[in-house]
Amino acid sequence: MLDLAKTRWHPIAAGYDLPLRHVFHGQLLGREFAVWRADDGYVNIWENRCLHRGVRLSIGINDGRELKCQYHGWRYSNRTAGCTYIPAHPADAPARTITNRTFAAVERYGLVWSAEEPQGEVPEIPGLAEGELLALRGIPVNAPADVVAARLKGYRFQPNAALDGKDAKVAVEASNDFTVALRAVEGGAATLAAFFVQPVDSNRSVIRGVLDGKVEGAARLAVLRHHNELLSALRVAVEAEAAHKPAPAPLEPVIERVSPELAEMPEETKHGRKATIRVQVARKWPAADGIAGFELRPIKGLLPTFQPGAHIDVHLPNGLIRQYSITNGPGESDSYVIGVKLERDSKGGSTCLHETVREGDVLAISEPRNNFPLRRDAVQTLFIAGGIGITPLLAMAQALKNQSLAHELHYFAQNEAQLAFPEKTSTLGASLKPHLGLSPDQTGAMLREILSGYGPDKHVYLCGPGPMLEAARHIAAEMGWPETAVHFEYFKNTNVIDDSTSFEVALARSCMTLTVPAGKTILEVMRDAGIDMPSSCEQGACGTCLATVIEGEPDHQDVYLNDAERKSGTKIMTCVSRAKSARLVLDL
Amino acid sequence: MSIAALCSDRVLLNDWHVVADLTNLSAAEPFQTRLLGVDITIHCRGRYNKEVVRNDTGALVNSTKRYGFLWACLGTPERDIVFVPEAEEGDRYLVTGGSIAVKVSGLRAVENFLDMGHFPFVHTGWLGDEPHTEVAPYKVELTAADELVATECKFYQPVASPTAKEGFIVDYVYKVIRPYTVALYKSNPVHKARLDVITLFVQPVDEDNCVAHPFLCYLKDGVDQAGIRNFMQLIFAQDKPILENQVPRRLPLDPRAETPIRADAVAVLYRRWLRDKSVTYGAIPARM
Repeated sequence: MLDLAKTRWHPIAAGYDLPLRHVFHGQLLGREFAVWRADDGYVNIWENRCLHRGVRLSIGINDGRELKCQYHGWRYSNRTAGCTYIPAHPADAPARTITNRTFAAVERYGLVWSAEEPQGEVPEIPGLAEGELLALRGIPVNAPADVVAARLKGYRFQPNAALDGKDAKVAVEASNDFTVALRAVEGGAATLAAFFVQPVDSNRSVIRGVLDGKVEGAARLAVLRHHNELLSALRVAVEAEAAHKPAPAPLEPVIERVSPELAEMPEETKHGRKATIRVQVARKWPAADGIAGFELRPIKGLLPTFQPGAHIDVHLPNGLIRQYSITNGPGESDSYVIGVKLERDSKGGSTCLHETVREGDVLAISEPRNNFPLRRDAVQTLFIAGGIGITPLLAMAQALKNQSLAHELHYFAQNEAQLAFPEKTSTLGASLKPHLGLSPDQTGAMLREILSGYGPDKHVYLCGPGPMLEAARHIAAEMGWPETAVHFEYFKNTNVIDDSTSFEVALARSCMTLTVPAGKTILEVMRDAGIDMPSSCEQGACGTCLATVIEGEPDHQDVYLNDAERKSGTKIMTCVSRAKSARLVLDL
Repeated sequence: MSIAALCSDRVLLNDWHVVADLTNLSAAEPFQTRLLGVDITIHCRGRYNKEVVRNDTGALVNSTKRYGFLWACLGTPERDIVFVPEAEEGDRYLVTGGSIAVKVSGLRAVENFLDMGHFPFVHTGWLGDEPHTEVAPYKVELTAADELVATECKFYQPVASPTAKEGFIVDYVYKVIRPYTVALYKSNPVHKARLDVITLFVQPVDEDNCVAHPFLCYLKDGVDQAGIRNFMQLIFAQDKPILENQVPRRLPLDPRAETPIRADAVAVLYRRWLRDKSVTYGAIPARM
């Protein structure tokens, strides 16, 4: 019985139980759900516990895009239920695999349906037309679902148009363990009523009734009252019957264990430069002068959870691999939107996307990686974007806006036509501060103005062309910004890479010593030795292939690490950097 | 009351547990409570003499008074009640913080007491405030006395104590003394070099229920006893609804039951320490 019940679709709520920004506490076969509708209309049905400490998510906060746990403020994304932010560690990106258990959701007959292991479809009731229905108030009953369903077959009621009558003939049109469809006829009046019995637990049910035909105003209230009285009487009778039998033991749904890698302090998952996700270009449009916007939708399933600052590798039809930041705001999880600037000196990446890739094309992309995580514990956050550097900062600004955290987005561009994604930036209101057509000197003066007044708990995020980033970092340092408060992301590494040295790399945890010859990178040598190391841009800009140095002196050639990190000598980007000492020991 | 599972953990049966705040006991009426699943009744025989009796067998239970509480041991006491040295210092108020019943395993209540990450979200405006949410790395160790100690804990707090007038970074030390006993030491806002101490004695009512009995040793300067008790109850009242929404109610010791982060280092060690001590009452044992 239970196995069968698990495969069936059951109603767990009425549509009106999910008003704006509400979280509904549902239950099916002993398992609790947190049910919430995001502002984009998507209905989320999740296991009702935060993965961190088991606190019910039904007491959490639905901000329209994400669900926030009340205990430690962990945020989970609409649709994917992936964790996007852990406030206790604001500088880190949460492990991608922290994802809550989700259950299927279908809206039908004014009810929200789910199933533990769904097979087939939501029950089809002939004669019930979608949209022309009246959903009755759910009636909870302390009795097993099959007992309730059996009783419902004898339910007697009047058609909507003949409520005052007493002699309606009621016939059973269809029935099974959880569903009873009845038709009441009196004179010319007829009403079809479908009752779905939600098995809440072994000895608890909810009767969810739906009537055909729309009834409005006072007549609607009269119909609701009619059924409320009759169903309440039925409830009393069923509970009296059930009380004679021994109550079945409550169901104990199995709570799945988290993955082994989450059981200990989370480490970065290991994956190479793989493009496991297939997306379709759902829309391509001019996002600004010289910038193409691409909306990428999954071919099947859901896209992985992303965090603001994350980028994806896009594998292009011409074999090139390029990195693009995800511009989406929080909870916008049905597609990724990226912006691609046509580079004058394109080596084929941006040209291919601008000229060759069209709407409908399928592309391979990597999972999102976040090497540019956004802290949300600042009293004020400044974003400084130059040109296409807007893309990661746009995602960040939308996240802070959604949480009502103080921020300013300074957007430098040549002219108004070059300001990308106006439909997104316009939602930021007064926090968006465009700076148009400034010369390098004027830009420097403006940066000085923006970066004056450093105070504790202020953070700045920079993304833009190399020279502008250099200037901004320099000015920030002059103005007293500590390096820990200055976060940046370069588009590319313009340093000339010197790969003429040869040295030894010892991998402490793998117990391996490798020789890196001139002309090869540490990353390549490790890959050759069978070590699976994640990487993305492979030019020292994105931060994916970061490794910890235990011993030896790194020869930094990247643009990802800041000066303090370089000087500490404890981190290295394995795709471009090398060793000044004869030997490096890495924590790998 | 429903039938509760009985305890078979010797380390708990043969230890002392608080069963009542003495100020809650009245000579006029026996006091009913439950310890480790056993229903007990406290009778006041005269002004100073208290008797604890098992409801099931009518047998007398070992009991004694200390720190303003009545203590009971269902088995044979193997060690003395936890010693609180600060209770001997004359310039402190010794205040019981009210006995707060919480529908959750006492082990969950102890873990919550060890947790800084929830301050901005549960104790908003008092012990924390968004966006100051970071839990900086701290040290955890198991001492020679078999206690768990977390040191170098720091957290920004807007109103850290009854006397605090402004927000400041508060230094904490946490100590897990016994499975159901935990203490915290936090910097006093007036005497910055000295520490106020709160020891939380958790009464394991049964596996899914507890009563938290806070014992506060606060420096007298600038505070009164009512203020201290008020503050403690305000804070605990904020924790209670969150604790009562933890699923499952018992503390899972399986490392894969929940998702720890670095901020939870002390909780990770606490769960491991309970496993090593074979404490199962109030816990869901780890799967092998």
